[in-house]
Amino acid sequence: MTTIGARQRVEEALLPPLVALLVALVVGDILILLVGQSPGAVYRLMLSGTWGNWYGFGQVLYKATTLLCTGLAVALALRAGLFNIGGEGQLAAGGFAAAVMGLVLPAGTPGIVAIPLCIGAALAAGGLVGAVPGVMKARFGAHEVIVTIMLNFIVLALLNWIVASHLHVPETLHTPAMRAGTLSRLMDWISPFHGSAANTSLLIAIAAAVVVGWMLFRTRAGYELRAAGLQPDAAEYGGVRVGRVWIKAFVISGALAGLGGINYTLGYKHYYEEGFSGGAGFLGIAVALVGRNHPLGVVIAAFLFATLSQGGLAIHALVPKQMVEVLQGVVILAVAAAVPEVRRLVQGVRAGAAR
Amino acid sequence: MTASAPAIRMNGIHKAFGPVHANRGARLQVGTREIHALVGENGAGKSTLMRILAGLYAPDAGTVEVGTPSGELRDVTGWSTADAIKAGVGMVHQHFMLVRTLTVAENVVLGREPVRGAMLDIARAISDVKRIGDQYGLRVDPARHVGDLSVGEAQRVEILKTLFRGARILILDEPTAVLSPLEVKELWSVLRRLRDDGATIVLITHKLDEVMDVSDAITVMRQGETVARMDTGAATPEAIARAMVGRDVALVTMRKEDEGPRNSLEGTPRSAAPRFALSVNSLVVTSRGRRAVDGISFDVAAGEILGIAGVEGNGQTELIEAIAGLCPVTSGTIALGGRDVTHASVRERTEAGLAHIPEDRHRRGLVLEYTVAENLILGDQHHYATGARRAWALDGRRIEANATDEIQRFDIRPPDAELPARALSGGNQQKVVIAREMGGAYEVLLASQPTRGVDVGAIEFIHAQLRAAREAGKAILLVSAELSEILALADRVAVMYGGRIIATLPRREASEERLGPLMTGATDTTRPAA
Amino acid sequence: MSEIIAFVAQTIRIAIPYLFAASGGVIAERAGVVSLTLEGFMLTGAFAATLGSYYSGSPWIGVLCGIGGGLLFGLIHAVASIRYRADQIVTGIAINLLAVGLTRFFLLMAFDSSSNSPRVAGFGVTGDGGALTGALLRNPLVWLGLLGIPVVAWLVHYTPFGLRVRAVGEHPAAAETLGVPVRRVRYFAVALSGILAGLGGVYLALDQHQFTDSMTAGRGFIALAAIIFGRWEPVRAGIACLLFAAAETLQIQLQGMQGIPSQFVQMIPYVLTIVAVGGFVARSTPPAALGKVDA
Repeated sequence: MTTIGARQRVEEALLPPLVALLVALVVGDILILLVGQSPGAVYRLMLSGTWGNWYGFGQVLYKATTLLCTGLAVALALRAGLFNIGGEGQLAAGGFAAAVMGLVLPAGTPGIVAIPLCIGAALAAGGLVGAVPGVMKARFGAHEVIVTIMLNFIVLALLNWIVASHLHVPETLHTPAMRAGTLSRLMDWISPFHGSAANTSLLIAIAAAVVVGWMLFRTRAGYELRAAGLQPDAAEYGGVRVGRVWIKAFVISGALAGLGGINYTLGYKHYYEEGFSGGAGFLGIAVALVGRNHPLGVVIAAFLFATLSQGGLAIHALVPKQMVEVLQGVVILAVAAAVPEVRRLVQGVRAGAAR
Repeated sequence: MTASAPAIRMNGIHKAFGPVHANRGARLQVGTREIHALVGENGAGKSTLMRILAGLYAPDAGTVEVGTPSGELRDVTGWSTADAIKAGVGMVHQHFMLVRTLTVAENVVLGREPVRGAMLDIARAISDVKRIGDQYGLRVDPARHVGDLSVGEAQRVEILKTLFRGARILILDEPTAVLSPLEVKELWSVLRRLRDDGATIVLITHKLDEVMDVSDAITVMRQGETVARMDTGAATPEAIARAMVGRDVALVTMRKEDEGPRNSLEGTPRSAAPRFALSVNSLVVTSRGRRAVDGISFDVAAGEILGIAGVEGNGQTELIEAIAGLCPVTSGTIALGGRDVTHASVRERTEAGLAHIPEDRHRRGLVLEYTVAENLILGDQHHYATGARRAWALDGRRIEANATDEIQRFDIRPPDAELPARALSGGNQQKVVIAREMGGAYEVLLASQPTRGVDVGAIEFIHAQLRAAREAGKAILLVSAELSEILALADRVAVMYGGRIIATLPRREASEERLGPLMTGATDTTRPAA
Repeated sequence: MSEIIAFVAQTIRIAIPYLFAASGGVIAERAGVVSLTLEGFMLTGAFAATLGSYYSGSPWIGVLCGIGGGLLFGLIHAVASIRYRADQIVTGIAINLLAVGLTRFFLLMAFDSSSNSPRVAGFGVTGDGGALTGALLRNPLVWLGLLGIPVVAWLVHYTPFGLRVRAVGEHPAAAETLGVPVRRVRYFAVALSGILAGLGGVYLALDQHQFTDSMTAGRGFIALAAIIFGRWEPVRAGIACLLFAAAETLQIQLQGMQGIPSQFVQMIPYVLTIVAVGGFVARSTPPAALGKVDA
């Protein structure tokens, strides 16, 4: 019996993303043929341009870092039964706070002090933005999807205003360079990575994934969080204060998305720039979905989507890189459609037999 | 058998939902102008069979035939709801199928709207509803919003819906579960009027007194099969009950005879100085702007079962949830073992010795996707955690040991701690809840509908557990919609009506005859017999 | 006086896409299907209209193509969320991403540009205040857009279809037992929302005589905000659209005066919506079955 239960769960988790990738592959083929290229050649180019050379691989690592953070943010919230669509705003707030912290600190502050402060600022800012929908839901019953969507626009407009009116370097849309707290690039240690933006925040993101996994599946907090997500009434009955769990989950989720901001500000450009996220906040939803809300799955999915997005640049000579955006949409749509379908197939219909 | 041609004939009906076989070759034959009772225990497959007749499900195998106005049978196997409605088959569901935000008239005409040009002719809808209502004594204002109606009125709307569609065959699924005895009487007269007007009525129920009261013929189902068909005139409750459960022994548990609990208590606490384990004082609970619990006071002593009888929806749910800490108290106090817990958290109450078997295990009692082992620590999870303030890692080995132990003690099947709770049968799911709540240390137990939707074997097991807990000196507050269960277990019986306790009787003075009127809110005029 | 006319004209010009999208979205939401997709519907409508108008030279062909584009995306959303019971929030996000990706891809394919299409035939004339009023009055899409909300309000409240939409969005199982084809009603509602929101995009593109990358710029979300702020009532949602548009107009006209930063005016619809869902003013209660797939 145990093996059947376990196998069911594995099938339910793995089948939808696989189906979705297959569908995306077909749509990709159609688009490539439409442009008049050979799918085989394009996919080969995509692979060689990403995993096939050090620079491409470095860029994949760089892009995966942000997606890992935003994906974890969405996954953790979903485990608590919450849909965090506010990744975009939380990510921007985190990046901004880290950049400002690095700007405020005196030049020459040692990294051992400055880096934790900057990371802390990113976590706090993301967490603060995340707290809003959490509190709104727990206290006033406001639907978190609506609140997070609207909050994205508000946070981005607010940051735009601060940067545009107070903090920008003339003629640009970005803040001045940080004086302290920057992270080292991977190319500083492994020279073939030269030119790629990959930096040590990747390690921080992976550590975050490990911590989230441990928290979710090995601690009391995780037990209560998942119970609140699966069946809030049962969790409440089991002594869990569901409202508090929602707030906590949203704060942690926002903080994780905010953490993604350090990849750009601390690790790459060393300043905050309007629109740096490039949609990574929204793509976090895709990453969590394909990763089936499991930290390990999220890591894999982050690499998958990073490969797609870097691969788009690699194939641009043959096929417009916009094809990748289409494929991302197709993957999300297909996973979303396949999840209930697969569950029905695997579990069989459980309808009102007992009623 | 009725002499007239059959109105419904169903044969060899099979229907499975995944691994669950709801119908296994079920049969049903109903004559025209007949009130036919379809009886059986919970889960016997009655509702499924009727949903197939109403076109909501297609059968996996078997045939469904329905009489035409010309008196012939027509094969309608696998028809749709729309077809069924068109042919005059209407179903009143156990859980009302009403759109709360629409008016009575809008609910009634939905799907068959009268139109004037492209517009909805709401004036005609209102007059039609009024006319049909007057004809059968189903009075309810067509312009009111359904969300504002009482339960009895809502049921009238359900019946109006089927009549508006010209139903000749009317199916009612457990129609009395939410009605007071007076409303039940009214319903019976409506049904008789309909029958005398030429309608055929199938009544799903598991209450034998209703069967004897109103039906002309009876079909009994057990475990998805049809096991008996009889004319009501020739049937006895005992015979029906035997057919329902398949053996004699269960009849005693189902139908309390007067040998209820025999112990030293009979309403008086065991020790000289009464020590009340649970004390509720002038409790008021407001729910959706209504005083659902309206000033209730009672005590439960150690070693006593206090049974709360009453028609569902008279504040029992809110009372239990307030004591359990799941809904806020408006005023009044709750004390556990002398300690005030009126505003304590659920966890604080658990630590003060409270255990709770909730009325709805699928919603409250279990996290269905969690494994049996995980469910067996729900509410107790901090005891399995380590670190400061028990916030950190869960001890997997202790969780496993606990599961192994309780699975064995409470005979949970299959004995697999790693199975998700949803994969268990209703009875075994309830055993998981019981094992968790009664397997550890506690002083006061709230048992709300503890045997709802479980099989007879599990009922006996659960009743034995509750009796043993009383002998072990636990204080138990039992809420049950089954009067027989209350009478079989309780030492004292309190009757709840309209959010109040309107009478409290020692077991020896409580009888179905005396409790019945009380449950309708009638003042107690019967003096104790002895 | 002329200032007032200019203000009203500008407000209407800004409001038309909102009105189209909100009138569509309100039907889908009342039928129980989440409308995060409005942005994507609009963008597809705008692009399809540009293509049609460019190749035919007729704005009317553009309108038809725009309707087709919105309808196509509406149907994709409907199939995913009704047939396959996909999470409607996720599908909504996917539809929006897909719309951005596909329009960019085909913008490049058709016009060899990653930013904008060439000039196409349209109805509107971009110009100063005086000319604007005349251009508006001559633009059939303006009239259509202004009619959208009253027509949808009539549809929802006074027709059998509307009764079914309301029932399906509140209690689909109840509608099902009465033989109301729940899925068909929802398909129809979502398709209609695709068409109407698509027309919002058509108006944008033909008003500006070209398609530019991501030209809807969050207008679909403003329309959604108007629906929520209007508590899912078509007329109230329409008023919210006008209100949001008036605020934007005010901001544009006050730009010279260096008053409130434009970013704060942009925030108004979003802040109001959060206030509305928080129940701080009058509680916004969505249809009971909104986003729930199972009948």
